[in-house]
Amino acid sequence: MDAIRTKELHKHFSGVAAIDGLSVAFEQGKVTGVVGPNGSGKTTLVNVLSGMLPPTAGVMVIGGEREMKGLRASDTAYHGITRTFQEVRLFEQMTVLDNILVVLTERSVWGSLFERHNAGHMKKVETVLTRVGLWEKRSQLAHNLSYGQRKLLEIARVLAMTHSDHIGQDASIFLFDEPFAGLFPEMIKVIVSVIKELKEAGKTVILIEHNMNLIRELCDHLIVMDSGKLLAEGKPDHVLAKREVIEAYLGE
Amino acid sequence: MPYLIHIAILFFIYAILGVGLNLIVGYAGLLSVTHAAFYGIGAYATAVALAHYGLGFFASVILGIVITAIVSLLAGMVLSKFKDDYYALASFGFNVIAFSIFLNWESVTKGPLGIPGIDRPSLFGFTFSANETFLALAVVLFGAVYALAHFIANSSFGRVLKAIREDEKALEVFGYKVAYFKLAIFVIGAAMASIAGSLFASYITYIDPSSFSLNESIFILAIVIMGGLGSLRGTLAGALFLILLPEILRFVGLPTDIAAQMRQIIYGAILVLLMLYRPKGFIGEYEVK
Repeated sequence: MDAIRTKELHKHFSGVAAIDGLSVAFEQGKVTGVVGPNGSGKTTLVNVLSGMLPPTAGVMVIGGEREMKGLRASDTAYHGITRTFQEVRLFEQMTVLDNILVVLTERSVWGSLFERHNAGHMKKVETVLTRVGLWEKRSQLAHNLSYGQRKLLEIARVLAMTHSDHIGQDASIFLFDEPFAGLFPEMIKVIVSVIKELKEAGKTVILIEHNMNLIRELCDHLIVMDSGKLLAEGKPDHVLAKREVIEAYLGE
Repeated sequence: MPYLIHIAILFFIYAILGVGLNLIVGYAGLLSVTHAAFYGIGAYATAVALAHYGLGFFASVILGIVITAIVSLLAGMVLSKFKDDYYALASFGFNVIAFSIFLNWESVTKGPLGIPGIDRPSLFGFTFSANETFLALAVVLFGAVYALAHFIANSSFGRVLKAIREDEKALEVFGYKVAYFKLAIFVIGAAMASIAGSLFASYITYIDPSSFSLNESIFILAIVIMGGLGSLRGTLAGALFLILLPEILRFVGLPTDIAAQMRQIIYGAILVLLMLYRPKGFIGEYEVK
């Protein structure tokens, strides 16, 4: 079954098509890689799927539900979607701890007024922060973390979305927008193992990535975009051997 | 001594104003410059209710809160269309509108003449007419407001406000309808200002529109920034400092013919220097970007 499918999706920015009639499917429980040259529309696709940008035209279908003309960002979590950002977006002047707690607590205005975080919340925070090696840093401001630690905190934040009691459902679709960019090998290892665990748990992962070795290691399926269109898709090894893909990437 | 009590009462009134505004600006990151409008609504509600309708002070406080809540809800809904500096500018516009209503709605507010002869509060036959007892009342109301602000700041709601301040777009992706949170805190902060207004009206026993101008909003914002955005204790320090500084400058022995102007200049210079060397305010954790 498809976790998310788009049909004839378009996203135009003042007349320029960033996504141009894209129809793709992301299979449930699989890791699907999205590659393509800079400006091919990968991040725009993630932004549309996570409700941060409204599509200009076309529809998306989540988990076989009815067709939708885009989603509001605040609704995506209720469809099981969560994401990281290419340019890390943390709650900078809050502690590492609060960055995680905020995705674990009450979503309603009234409920949150009368809620304080408790041992149960802390247990979950410890689990996800330990997973990425940031539990020791919990009292620091996110702002003061190193570049790599910031990327890991974003990973911990989406992991916390699998433990949220207030969303009605755990996150099941993970959009990772270049999670490995600029990281040291040890940090890459951590994120690789997180993605493998998510897959084993039956979660759907959509991974934007430039490193072809990581793509081969992690992805079950690969989508190649160029100028907002689908250029090729299929098994990673097969797709990456295609002539038009090599040309699009190397510009030959 | 009466002078010190007067200063103390002013301090608690401005501390209430500052605490409410800090929830809006320091926690939620909404750069509101219209707090004096809600302060004024509270003051006029008390003045009119006491002078014309014979309502008690405490009933007038409730009336002020209700009117302020409605007005701030509507204002907040319009302001939610804006961000950052545009938010500041639009909120500034609200203060100008409120001020001109106070000034021109003469049948209710008596316009520039103001409303004199406002009674001091009374409760079960006891009247807070002496400044000492009024101070006690101010302390109690301040304590209630501070306790509420503290409760909010330490709840999950308070954490959500900070996350809104940091990156509301990113927060939405995690399932928050941020507009409701922003409206809620705007209304709560405004209602606190209304309480301060009621206190002010019945303390001074005379109000006119000049107390609720844009300048006053900027002064309250200065208290919040000076004390430290996102720090309630900081706001107390800010209020203490900005209330005391002009008073202290009275006693520095400047030549009488230039004293008033010099005080203004020294006052302004100290504010500029403080912001240069302590951009986070006295106890702030967060710096305006």
